[in-house]
Amino acid sequence: MNSSVAVQWKAVCKLDDVLPGTGVGVRLPGRQAALFRTRDGSLYALDNRDPFSQANVLSRGILGSLGDKRVVASPIYKQHFDLETGQCLEDEEVSLTVYPVQVEGDVIKLAIPA
Amino acid sequence: MAKQQLLLIGHGMVGQRYLESLVAQGGREHFDITVLCAEPLPAYDRVGLTSYFTGKTADDLSLVPEGFFAEHDITLKLNTKADVIDRVARTVTTNTGETLGYDKLVLATGSYPFVPPIPGNDRDNCFVYRTIDDLDAIIAASKDGKVGTVVGGGLLGLEAAKALHDLGLQTHVVEFAPRLMAVQVDDFGGGLLKDKIQELGVTVHTSTGTKDIVDGESCKHRMNFGEDQYLETDVIVFSAGIRPQDELARACELEIGERGGIVVNNHCVTSDDSIYAIGEVALWEGRIFGLVAPGYQMAEIAAEHLMGKCEQQFTGADMSTKLKLMGVDVASIGDAHGNTPGSRSTVFMDQTAGIYKKAVISECGKKLLGAVLVGDANDYGNLLQLCLNEMDLPGDPAALVAPVSDGAPLLGADALPDTAQICSCNNVSKGDLCAAIDGGAMTVGDLKSCTKASATCGGCSALVKQVLDSELEKRGVEVNNHLCEHFPYSRQEIYHLVRVGQITTFDELLEKHGSGEGCDICKPTAASVFASCWNDYVLNKPHAGLQDTNDYFLGNLQRDGTYSVVPRVAGGEITPDKLIVLGEVAKKYDLYTKITGGQRVDLFGARVEQLPDIWRTLVDAGFETGHAYGKSLRTVKSCVGSTWCRYGVKDSVGTAIQVEERYKGLRSPHKIKMAVSGCTRECAEAQSKDVGVIATEKGWNLYVCGNGGMRPRHADLFASDLTDEELIKTIDRFLMFYIKTADRLQRTSVWLENLEGGLDYLKQVILEDSLGIGAELEAEMAHVIDTYQCEWKTTIEDDEAVKRFKHFVNDDSADDNLKYVRERGQRRPAFEHERIELVEEA
Repeated sequence: MNSSVAVQWKAVCKLDDVLPGTGVGVRLPGRQAALFRTRDGSLYALDNRDPFSQANVLSRGILGSLGDKRVVASPIYKQHFDLETGQCLEDEEVSLTVYPVQVEGDVIKLAIPA
Repeated sequence: MAKQQLLLIGHGMVGQRYLESLVAQGGREHFDITVLCAEPLPAYDRVGLTSYFTGKTADDLSLVPEGFFAEHDITLKLNTKADVIDRVARTVTTNTGETLGYDKLVLATGSYPFVPPIPGNDRDNCFVYRTIDDLDAIIAASKDGKVGTVVGGGLLGLEAAKALHDLGLQTHVVEFAPRLMAVQVDDFGGGLLKDKIQELGVTVHTSTGTKDIVDGESCKHRMNFGEDQYLETDVIVFSAGIRPQDELARACELEIGERGGIVVNNHCVTSDDSIYAIGEVALWEGRIFGLVAPGYQMAEIAAEHLMGKCEQQFTGADMSTKLKLMGVDVASIGDAHGNTPGSRSTVFMDQTAGIYKKAVISECGKKLLGAVLVGDANDYGNLLQLCLNEMDLPGDPAALVAPVSDGAPLLGADALPDTAQICSCNNVSKGDLCAAIDGGAMTVGDLKSCTKASATCGGCSALVKQVLDSELEKRGVEVNNHLCEHFPYSRQEIYHLVRVGQITTFDELLEKHGSGEGCDICKPTAASVFASCWNDYVLNKPHAGLQDTNDYFLGNLQRDGTYSVVPRVAGGEITPDKLIVLGEVAKKYDLYTKITGGQRVDLFGARVEQLPDIWRTLVDAGFETGHAYGKSLRTVKSCVGSTWCRYGVKDSVGTAIQVEERYKGLRSPHKIKMAVSGCTRECAEAQSKDVGVIATEKGWNLYVCGNGGMRPRHADLFASDLTDEELIKTIDRFLMFYIKTADRLQRTSVWLENLEGGLDYLKQVILEDSLGIGAELEAEMAHVIDTYQCEWKTTIEDDEAVKRFKHFVNDDSADDNLKYVRERGQRRPAFEHERIELVEEA
């Protein structure tokens, strides 16, 4: 591996398991991620924990765009998080971990710190 | 210092306004206040008296806020009439024999109806039209009568005629003058009004005087008009004008006008400076003001003067009026008869459409002096402002009355000065509205609640909207009702685009009419509109990503990420067996159980992966989804009605179930709540619901647009004495029209408050089908009803759909972050501080 940070790619599900325009929850070792598939087929993954309610629900948020940012809206209090960076649009002090995603064949893999 | 004694004689609309004004200025610190009221009821809305016939109760009409007298420690003596004023001793003696001292005395005794001195005018079943008692007597007399006659074709006379007509009597109006509403309109206008009213089935006799009233042959009375002309009638109502109730003042020798009325100065002080007179009993510069707005003005001015503030003076009042008489718009502004020397008129008359408009123009041709409008009074607000503010006419005088093809206003709200009075009922100026807009008001509803503008007669609502739009624009607030950045359309427009373009998916909608990728505003809105129009299964693949999590998992998301489960219990009626099933399910999954306000059972704490199993059990037991998670019909609450109740008039439970079964699953701009009460005791609280139904002896009364919650609103009576079929048809149309035109997340109460034309307009559209869309609305509703499915039944039968009910895509386990504590025998999610303790214990 060339990357300076050691990561481990973990297969989580098949591409068909995630409907375009929706998200799913993913169990990772010691944490939960929210994996999203946008309408054009792009994949993103963030923490599943909503920092405003402490509930593990971000995978159930509605996807969309605000200006040129792709976002997910928390289903609890409706804050928006940037899918690319994890930044909360309503509170600059809050951001989520972003997990790199790749597809091999029809399998989706998430990168987690090794 | 000891408090002074303030005595108010007369507790009508003006008297109550006086008390409110005085209390608001801290008058209680200086005065002990006693009020004498000759009637058995405290102040009520006499202007709205006729609505008593259409189902409003004395309580509805009351103008006194609950607890007002107790809160402000004011003594109210009902059924108590002042008999004698002793100005030297400063005392008032009442009909109950009591003598009360005063330091200051306020006379708000109002007026009494003038009964022409016709022999026989005191026979049985001859009434006046002034108090709730009068109306009760008229209602009682109408039960055995066939024919009713009103003597007097003025404003109040025509209202009385409508009331008789609504009571089912063959109705006549007898007017001495050659036309109806002689004070407000001219011959042409009066003629057109007569034609229109006759079309509605009321016979009008103008230029007709009554010689005497004697026993009739076919009816109780015969009114002889002379030359063998007569009319037989069972009920007679005199409405031939008012006279100031000034007896008390005469007896104690206050200065009285030649034709009656207590003479007052600009501060409403009478010839005795310890005594004020306000309202219809007061004579200012030889004039009596028989409208409520100037009475209110006097009340405010007199209260301020009492408190030592003398800036405000009464300087006369504009007597312009706009009203709807038996469905006909009539308005009169300023010098309606062109009495000003040199004035000239420009007239538009269309007998085919039943419209007459006249503008009276000054000699110089630049100012509007007065106007008469019959059949179409939409221009009232604009013309009134031109006239009151003495503004230069914007163009050709004929344009004031000529039909406008593009509907553009004659005069921008921009052109009005800040002092322009927009709402005359509540004395709200354009400046007041601007201040409220600066204070954050953004909608007509906001302005109405903070300034009271358009809250009384509603005649100025279109103008209020114009002021709002132009002021918001000036402040740089972009006045747009766009749904969000992805769609430059309002929800109503989106609905129209979807319906007309037969659009069935979000991708298609976005491609044709939007931009970007959508968001958490437009996606659920589109999903709701698709459901209202086409009623597809909400979890069909193209719709899945549009749904709010509640609709996606068909449950209500709670603060810890679990869901609650609410099966439908139509009308709140449930068998013991089904109740046991709910208990068993709750026990098996350890669900926190609570009874809802809508008469059903809410089971909390179900995890996503548990939902399909829970619902399999419920569906097997005969339950359906309750749509508690959706912006859709929630419940139809009912009282037990004639099923068991000894007072029940009709089967409220049966009707509630029928209504709930009919509209279940209907997706709408916001949630919809309904209720059905089996009698007027109203135990189901139907008047706090979007749709409320109350049984009467004669059928169902329908109330609409009520609300509890954050902004409570009493529902409006929409239609009375409906049959079962009429009830359903009316609700069909009402709901579909709401779904068609409301904004996103706008409850019916706010929708109505922002609907231009208000309740009258809504009645025209729904009850009279003025837009010709009644059949279309019914057909659209029929489609939704025909395509109903229980979303949970469909879901558990669809393996693909069930697969989505997992917390993790890569693991079947549950969310391990959930923590609970037990409280009162049930579990609830731990709060943050408890959570830490729980983790430490573990």
